[in-house]
Amino acid sequence: MAKKKLKQHHIDRDWCKGCGICVHFCPKNVLELDDMDKVFAARPEDCIACKLCEIRCPDLAIEIETE
Amino acid sequence: MALKDYLRQRFFPHMWCPGCGHGTVLNSLLRAVEQLGLSKNEIVMASGIGCSSRISGYVDFHTLHTLHGRALAFATGVKLSQPELNVIVPMGDGDALAIGGNHFIHACRRNIDITAIVMNNRIYGMTGGQFSPMSGVGINATTAPFQNIDRDFDVVKMATAAGATFVARSTTYHAQQAADLIKQAILHEGFSVVEILSQCPTHFGRKNKQGAAADMMERYKDITVPVGSKKKAENPDLIERGIFVQEEAPEYCREYDKIIAKAMKG
Repeated sequence: MAKKKLKQHHIDRDWCKGCGICVHFCPKNVLELDDMDKVFAARPEDCIACKLCEIRCPDLAIEIETE
Repeated sequence: MALKDYLRQRFFPHMWCPGCGHGTVLNSLLRAVEQLGLSKNEIVMASGIGCSSRISGYVDFHTLHTLHGRALAFATGVKLSQPELNVIVPMGDGDALAIGGNHFIHACRRNIDITAIVMNNRIYGMTGGQFSPMSGVGINATTAPFQNIDRDFDVVKMATAAGATFVARSTTYHAQQAADLIKQAILHEGFSVVEILSQCPTHFGRKNKQGAAADMMERYKDITVPVGSKKKAENPDLIERGIFVQEEAPEYCREYDKIIAKAMKG
């Protein structure tokens, strides 16, 4: 199976509570919290689409779309 | 079907605290259901009372939000009348093992085809952080300001002893494994228990100085090992995760059908 490539991070800002679990566990340090404590993809070019953020997000606020 | 299509999105963002492990359990559960390709109409979720039990309000299955600890009794009724449905019962540690302890062991004993998910955060979160039967010795809680002296249960051992035919454990850190175990538990014909260690950063974490949600999850990585790991023999304090019991035994609804057939013969 070919490696999946990131197309886009879909982040629901209304659902995100800023717990930082995704930021903490991202193996490539892609995600950050903004000044409203909402997650955003600061370095999307580094994303390897492992979906660890999506799988662990307790607020179901992140979805990784792959190509 | 997309994951979000299984949700009642009008109730989101949900009421759980930031970093609550129960959200990750919901996430894993939805993944399991999606991977099994189940439709919303094939699933019934019955829950009791507590933070964990609020999960039934968020999923767009057939849902019942019932009495504290008694969700398994309601679920048993549903399953007996509609055995073709998949019945899932999410429970907190207090709901399952204190208030509903008796329902829990007898559901295990009957081996009725229900999937019980014990979301174990070791505290009563909704009511303000009182210790639960899963808190264990040396834990700080609102009702144990000088530390708890009550020993805790081992859900896996208890469910096994009571006769559950599928018993597994995972954590919110191991969310992928949790989803896989829930999937297998749903497929298993008989009573399945999946314990998922779930962090409560608001009460348990704060009172016991375990840090933020992510730190509590890191801890799950450190204190658990796969079933049968050599590390467990060296350090008995480690908690095993994986499948502990997976066996076949007569399922309750099928046995009941036989009784009906016998009675109809006169």
